Amino acid sequence: MSDKPRVGVVTYPGSQDDRDALWALAALDAEAVPVWHADDELPELDAVVLPGGFSYGDYLRCGAIARFSPVTRAVIAFADAGGLVLGICNGFQVLCEAGLLPGVLLRNASLRFVCRDVRLRVERDDLPFTSRCTTGQALVIPVKHGDGRYVPPPDLDPAQVVLRYLDNPNGSVDDIAGVCNERGNVMGLMPHPEHAVDALLGSDHGALILASLVEGARERAPAAA
Amino acid sequence: MKATVLVRPKPGILDPQGEAVESALEHLGFAVSDARVGKVVDLEVTATDPAEARAQVEKMCEQLLANPLIESYEIELAE
Repeated sequence: MSDKPRVGVVTYPGSQDDRDALWALAALDAEAVPVWHADDELPELDAVVLPGGFSYGDYLRCGAIARFSPVTRAVIAFADAGGLVLGICNGFQVLCEAGLLPGVLLRNASLRFVCRDVRLRVERDDLPFTSRCTTGQALVIPVKHGDGRYVPPPDLDPAQVVLRYLDNPNGSVDDIAGVCNERGNVMGLMPHPEHAVDALLGSDHGALILASLVEGARERAPAAA
Repeated sequence: MKATVLVRPKPGILDPQGEAVESALEHLGFAVSDARVGKVVDLEVTATDPAEARAQVEKMCEQLLANPLIESYEIELAE
């Protein structure tokens, strides 16, 4: 086993961005580990990513079925034990449905699928998902979703907002693009950092978030010999 | 026992589908307002006792069929 931090990427039936996430994490010096939806246990991991896509066809509500997938139960246990979990797009929806993150994501206010670069503001840089960013920094990362309108619970602590849109593409309440749990070990965001890790593709700002995750995973990894 | 679950967006939750339907109805010449789009789930429960069946369907609603943050539900039972 290498001494790189091990970051798992879950593939559900209907996941689409699992391969991009694996590629991006490997490019950022993690050992990217594919994880299958039917597994009831996670392999030895230092962090987990739930990728974008349309798990289980987004039937009923986005993420509602994936929440009961065997691997999701394992991810919930991993998060409850303090493990780092990042949900991107559909992964964010799954984490909300699973109760690991507050709120829910609904159909875009425009009723249109949006696929473009958006500008974001970093609200917190003290999390293992944003340690490479600075509070107030503007990031350019693409979104591509039809159901990205974030609706927080009435009692959401504003400190849980990690990213806000500077040009809200979907009608999210308070321009919220990404949130974390109270403990700060689980985060979800609608934009796709894994599609923005190489300037050749328009932006490499997504690498700031994923490299933060890899670094956070490295700190949590059992000390390498 | 047959159960029908009606799932509705809660008041105050923006429902762009309802707005789009309302606008289309207005284009057709109907005078309407407050259109909201929800969903219907029909299912057959093996329990034959209505109270037991209702209790089961309520659990289904709470765990899966509705998201309490944004949706309300109503259960109808029939033989």
